[in-house]
Amino acid sequence: MTTAISVSGLVKTFGRARALDELDLAVETGEVHGFLGPNGAGKSTTIRVLLGLLRADGGEATLLGGHPWRDAVELHRRLAYVPGDVNLWPNLTGGEAIDLFAALRGGIDKRRRDELVERFQLDPSKKARTYSKGNRQKVAVVAAFASDVELYILDEPTSGLDPLMEAVFQECVREVKERGRTVLLSSHIFSEVEALCDRVSIIRQGRTVESGTLAELRHLTRTSISVETTHPIAGLLEVSGVHDAQVDTTRAKFDVDTSELDHVLRYLTRFEVRTLTSAPPSLEELFMRHYGDELAGAR
Amino acid sequence: MSAFTGTARLTRLALRRDRIQLPLWILGTVLLLWTTISATREQYPTEEDRLQALTTVAGSPAVLILRSAPTNTSEGGMLVFQILTFLALLAGFMSTLAVVRHTRQNEETGRSEMLGAMVVGRYASLTAALVTAVIANAVLAMLIALVLVGSGLGGAGAVAAGVAVGAAGVSFAGLAAVVAQAAQGARAANGMAAAAIGIAFLVRGFGDAFGEIQANGYTMDNAWPVWLSPIGWAEQVRPYAGERLWVLALPLLLFAGSVAVSFALAGRRDVGMGLIAARPGPRSAKRALLSPLGLAWRLQRGTLLGWAIGVGAMAAVVGSLSGTVEEAYRDNAKAAETIAKIGGGGTSNLVDAFFAAMMAIIGAMVAGYVVQALMRPRAEEAGGPAEAVLATATGRLRWLGSHLAVAVGGATALLLLAGLCAGLVYGLTEGDLGTHLADMTGAALVQLPAALILAGVAIAAYGLLPRLAVGLAWAAFTVSLVLGQLGDLLGLPQAVRDISPFSHVPAVPAVDATAGPLLALVAVALAFGIAGMASFRRRNLAL
Ligand SMILES: Nc1ncnc2c1ncn2[C@@H]1O[C@H](COP(=O)(O)OP(=O)(O)OP(=O)(O)O)[C@@H](O)[C@H]1O
Ligand SMILES: [Mg+2]
Repeated sequence: MTTAISVSGLVKTFGRARALDELDLAVETGEVHGFLGPNGAGKSTTIRVLLGLLRADGGEATLLGGHPWRDAVELHRRLAYVPGDVNLWPNLTGGEAIDLFAALRGGIDKRRRDELVERFQLDPSKKARTYSKGNRQKVAVVAAFASDVELYILDEPTSGLDPLMEAVFQECVREVKERGRTVLLSSHIFSEVEALCDRVSIIRQGRTVESGTLAELRHLTRTSISVETTHPIAGLLEVSGVHDAQVDTTRAKFDVDTSELDHVLRYLTRFEVRTLTSAPPSLEELFMRHYGDELAGAR
Repeated sequence: MSAFTGTARLTRLALRRDRIQLPLWILGTVLLLWTTISATREQYPTEEDRLQALTTVAGSPAVLILRSAPTNTSEGGMLVFQILTFLALLAGFMSTLAVVRHTRQNEETGRSEMLGAMVVGRYASLTAALVTAVIANAVLAMLIALVLVGSGLGGAGAVAAGVAVGAAGVSFAGLAAVVAQAAQGARAANGMAAAAIGIAFLVRGFGDAFGEIQANGYTMDNAWPVWLSPIGWAEQVRPYAGERLWVLALPLLLFAGSVAVSFALAGRRDVGMGLIAARPGPRSAKRALLSPLGLAWRLQRGTLLGWAIGVGAMAAVVGSLSGTVEEAYRDNAKAAETIAKIGGGGTSNLVDAFFAAMMAIIGAMVAGYVVQALMRPRAEEAGGPAEAVLATATGRLRWLGSHLAVAVGGATALLLLAGLCAGLVYGLTEGDLGTHLADMTGAALVQLPAALILAGVAIAAYGLLPRLAVGLAWAAFTVSLVLGQLGDLLGLPQAVRDISPFSHVPAVPAVDATAGPLLALVAVALAFGIAGMASFRRRNLAL
């Protein structure tokens, strides 16, 4: 596998503020990569550096084998971008804006464009000033997917889309993935990331804090267990990896670090397990932990 | 909750947001007055000096259009002749910009939607904008009166001058409130309001220029157009010449009427929308749009069309005045010297001097167009679609270059249009079409290099200091205008006036154009432009 995006030690400062503080990111060709982090973590800034809109102050970044700043124009032919804040020209219609973006990128597939307009239920004859937020977002998404490019960089592409359109968007991402294209998807919507992404990177305060497949990341989090035994449960609180335990003689409810699951289960069998239910950690909990830590860290 | 709930809070917010901008406008305007007072005293120290100057200019439409009709030979009267219409013009711009800023511009940034959802009545934001403008004009009026009193020009005249200027400002604030409700957006509203001010200035100019000179040889019965213009009304208050305070009823009536109309419109309009509902447009783009240049043209053509109408109409009117001007000058052969002193271009042929002065005004208008056009890239960058466009295979130089090409091409087209309109009308009314067409076109086109300098400055500001670019570019334009067009009025030394590119434009057709200064101007413009383009290519986008 080759690398579509590789970033190491990326630094970007705005005056005295350090928006990116030695950030690392690796996106393999052909994968859908989730890019996550709390507000202000530096996701959009990273993307803008990758697009040559901002100049990095330090570190290395390679995009499709080229230099994001020096080779910007050449690279931009091979990628499509949906910005975090979609701004259109108030007096151009949505259809005109879609055609314009695609043409400036280097060409448009008319059939695909019309098909996408249909699927996203967009009225392309409306002036942009009269579009709702969701419809402006659709214009940008359609314009991106109407181009057949190697890399799609999507910065919170579904903010403002209704659940129906969210589903259409997910279909589109799967389609481009099937064709072997790469997607970098910044998002705050866990279900979307869970449904689409092969791997994710979580950043906070301009640094990468976790990176890996969802399975790997799940491993770092906790499973909720509720158990009923024949004999009274003793000593559970002292077992390593067990958290927030509530023990009521033969019943117990607790969370356990997923990495410690095995020996905790062994320990429980001593008391003769009669029923056991476990709830896998949701991605949401995973993020809550990381985002929560960030809050704690900031204080 | 009434429709006005929250007005007081919004007014305080508006005044707070304007705490730098409005004081700058007010102090700048007062400073202009103050400098003019001392310059006028120096140039025309005695009653005889003033009488002689006013008698001469009374027969010169070119001067009268730019100043106003003389009313008397006192110091105050001379001062009013020199500066009153400019003060009213500035008060007008201050007011319309403020009203549009706190109404449509707020809506476009989504600010008033946020406010609208809070406890704020339907008319609160419009009312707050108007109150802000009225307060600014009241302060301006007061300061003008104070400066006049402080300079020993006290009495009823000082109060009348201040109030006349403030009332003009207030009446333009009312007009701006109407266009802010009717227009499609803030940009269009500002454009329409500026056009209204420009027309008001010119209409009263023609009213002054073509009045009947009275028996004393310098005061005049103004022609009727002067009564159609809020700036004309300010003159007709006649500060220092038997003040007629009843004339102030006109601007106040206009204000009241337009406020009523704007409230009626505001009641029928949705936030963020114009009065005319946007119609559906094409479902897909035409080929011509699909390039950076096509896009720049599409974004700018509306502005250019507006200016083309203004410039073309002005040039046609100027051309049609040739006969009147010639007549006015026939018996006034020895006036040349004074005309030259007051700003006719240093020539003995007064008709040519008239056309040179008019073309200089058109040149300044075109320079204003160029600055406006080149602020478009900044608007596209700051919270606009430039981020998405520059993430396509559109190079930065190509993108900015497209806007520059449209601006410079547009300026050339405007000047050509001005020359053709003036020459055609001149030739058709006076005969000798070919000569006049060539003369007028030449006189128009020599204005281009000055406009190019301002284009260069605007690009340099945009490339180097994007967040300040709008302020810097307009400041450069204003300074150039003041030094170039008002330098003599303010009694500034030549070295200072030479800072302005307008000072280096030869007064064609009154004098022959020489290539040297024009080429130098172009070279300076290029240097600025290249510096700006180079630093735009290297900098972060300032989103
Ligand atoms: N032009 C700028 N000038 C100054 N600071 C900036 C600028 N752009 C971004 N920042 C700062 O850099 C940090 C990262 O911002 P960024 O927009 O990349 O966050 P984000 O992860 O995209 O957040 P969100 O989820 O809210 O979109 C923030 O603290 C922000 O305030
Ligand atoms: Mg962001």
